[in-house]
Amino acid sequence: MEHAEILHRCFRCGYCKLPGSFQDLNCPPYLKYRFETYAPGGRMWLLRAWLDEEIETIQRLAEILFSCTACGNCVEHCVFPAFKADLLDAFTAGREELVNQGVVPDAVGRYLRAIHSHGNPYNLPKADRARWADGLGIERYSGQEYLFYVGCPGSYDERGQQMARAVAGLLQKWGVDFGILGEEEGCDGNEVRVLGETGLFEQLARENIEKFEAAGVQKIVTLSPHGFDAIKNEYPRFGGRFETCHYPQLLAGLMAKAELRRRNGPLRVVFHDPCYLGRHNKDYLTPRAVLGALPGLELLEMDRAMADALCCGGGGGNSFTDVLGGGADSASRVRVREAAGTGAAVLAVACPKCARMFEDAIKAEDLEDELRVMDIAELVQEHCG
Amino acid sequence: MEEIYQALVRIVGAAYVSRDPEERFIYARDPGTMEPCEPDLVVMPNSTEEVRQIVLLANQMRIPVVPMGGGLVLSGLTRPLKGGMVLDMKRMNRILEVDEMSRSVLVEAGASQGMLQAYLKKHHPGLKHSIPDAPPIATIAGNVLIHGSGHLSATGGFHSDMLNGMEVVLPTGEIAKIGSCATSPYWFSRAPLPDLAGLFIGWHGTTGIATKLAIKLYPDRPLGDVGIFVMEDPELVPGVIHRLAGVAVAEDILAFMANAPAWLRGFQLVNVKYGAETGEELRLKRDLLRESVRTYIDEKVGGFMPLPPEMKQRFLEEPQTTLAVFADTREGGGFEYVGAIMPIALFPEAYRKGLEIAERHGVECATGARIVGLGHCMMFFYGYAFNRADPSDVKLAQEALEATNAAVLEMGGIPWKAEAPAQKQIIEKMDPNTFALMNRLRGVLDPNGIMNPGNWEAD
Repeated sequence: MEHAEILHRCFRCGYCKLPGSFQDLNCPPYLKYRFETYAPGGRMWLLRAWLDEEIETIQRLAEILFSCTACGNCVEHCVFPAFKADLLDAFTAGREELVNQGVVPDAVGRYLRAIHSHGNPYNLPKADRARWADGLGIERYSGQEYLFYVGCPGSYDERGQQMARAVAGLLQKWGVDFGILGEEEGCDGNEVRVLGETGLFEQLARENIEKFEAAGVQKIVTLSPHGFDAIKNEYPRFGGRFETCHYPQLLAGLMAKAELRRRNGPLRVVFHDPCYLGRHNKDYLTPRAVLGALPGLELLEMDRAMADALCCGGGGGNSFTDVLGGGADSASRVRVREAAGTGAAVLAVACPKCARMFEDAIKAEDLEDELRVMDIAELVQEHCG
Repeated sequence: MEEIYQALVRIVGAAYVSRDPEERFIYARDPGTMEPCEPDLVVMPNSTEEVRQIVLLANQMRIPVVPMGGGLVLSGLTRPLKGGMVLDMKRMNRILEVDEMSRSVLVEAGASQGMLQAYLKKHHPGLKHSIPDAPPIATIAGNVLIHGSGHLSATGGFHSDMLNGMEVVLPTGEIAKIGSCATSPYWFSRAPLPDLAGLFIGWHGTTGIATKLAIKLYPDRPLGDVGIFVMEDPELVPGVIHRLAGVAVAEDILAFMANAPAWLRGFQLVNVKYGAETGEELRLKRDLLRESVRTYIDEKVGGFMPLPPEMKQRFLEEPQTTLAVFADTREGGGFEYVGAIMPIALFPEAYRKGLEIAERHGVECATGARIVGLGHCMMFFYGYAFNRADPSDVKLAQEALEATNAAVLEMGGIPWKAEAPAQKQIIEKMDPNTFALMNRLRGVLDPNGIMNPGNWEAD
């Protein structure tokens, strides 16, 4: 197994369970299940035990390993500089071994099969991929400056579609020269990679690169930070090099063009850092710059923000597979309680997975009268004249 | 075992009890060198009442119960030596009440050091607790119950000295209040009642399960500084510590011998941390400390090291992450130490023994000492890193630890939070009447012998 050489080097000191402030548990599976086995250190030791044949390959081991959301909190807070950067890759490699042995949680199996057969985890037809754009008059990509890469949640999930429309609307309004691939768009494969199906990921990445290159794409703006991370940081391994940004990064440069107006009354907003823009790509300030430019918006912060942000629990395919499950200690519910505790009326997000996770969590927590989820683009739209 | 499992499910819910091989594997071991001992079950209670029900069940079914906090003791005290169930207490992690005026906090037994540190910083910024150099996920209760020490030990002594009171589930299932809380709504001290806390501190979970505890808090002063007194001759260290501690301004005094950088090797360093409300107070404290060791400075046998601000910041960090990082010295994730509680006068001998043992066993030994009280005693530590993937390296560390425990006892010190084999070494040196008393007390408290059996037992 790749990175097997670091597994025994974990001391299980537990810094990886916490944010930098130490205020509470910040590893979603450990927060939820509380057994040491679910903490990053527990996973390291279990993987080593499994490789050493001290424990057998059974379904529960798979459930533990696949419950990781790949949020990167462990990488951020591990105190061992010699190998901290490889922690998530080690977990991915462990999952890859399990995938190769065919031992994965049922929901993960279904997720991967759906992407393999339909190109999306929703088992929906490829022909529906551009439905989100119906009536918006968005052109298919044909050499425009930007390709707007929407990804699976933006294409098929109702909440993701709303976000995609909001982003596209702003790009149109501000005269950005962009197009979409529509039905030709493929899954970015980020979660497939994280789940350890590296063969399928490579296939998806190569197909996408081929399409992008054939269309002459040079610049890509993504709806999801997961897609952003895959295209920016993983596709170069397969020869795909594109100037890639996540949509708030493009919006930030365009805010000067916007004619913004104050809404009726002040709006208290708290921003949740998506893991793949924040910890994975170290961009904490751009979304805040966009929100900060909106007149009448009071930007609040949760105690766990930026590198300390608690994941929504949706990464690693969990927003779809739900291996991590719900309950009062699920990351999404803990996070919306934290957001509501700031006194904010709006929980701002920049990721369709976060949006979906938090909207469900707000219902479960009965916070619908206090807190609503809005995407950054939706907030900007509300402030546009 | 099926019957016990089903009963535990009824008590804590199916999500918080496991008999699966994964949990049994992880809870069988800690990051130290001790051999694994597999539990039959792992259970995570969420309330004192659940703990009580589990203990009653354990009595009924005659199954061992091993309470566990952070699981970071390193000497294997939470390994179930005779099987049974490990009680992972970390779901009970609530911070219940802070009394600003009396400077105390009441927490559940699973509350972590880091959690309380962050909580006080946010809600009571003028207060802090004594933080050990264990990782922040270590529990407050675990550290108090093993007589831990930390960043305020020069001020307040052992962490067990900072305990105001406890709620304990006795091995027979009764819930007992210890300290002022037994007769008052306040958790202000253990005095003036008979001090029953001694029945539970230092017993390694063999006499009951702490579920709540109140500890003392201290002023978190806005300004802080650190001075490092350097000398070459280890014989001078006790005198220097005695004088620096005697000024009674230090919050923490830590002696250590640096292996790196190379030019510092062989030097003895005494690190003194203190805080102040104003710059003037800080300077006054600095001057008082300096004057206390003036003789050594004038004789040019020692002096304070100039420290750049960045380095000072690193020394002021609580907890010190460098201690966890020590585990990777041999690129093998293993680290265990003997913490020897002993008089400060034994410092030079303790230091020399460390060098001898390291040379004899062909291992590297990191040594240092945290001073407890005004030099009333110290926790002299001998740290051994090892590569857990290399059994011969683990064995070397085990042998060095065993030799160190023996040497400590021979010197007149006592190994702290001793491994089960080291407990037997201690018992051999112990006054027989003392050990007999321990056994009588244990027999009364735990008639069925369910609490962490295998600990504090003679051969």
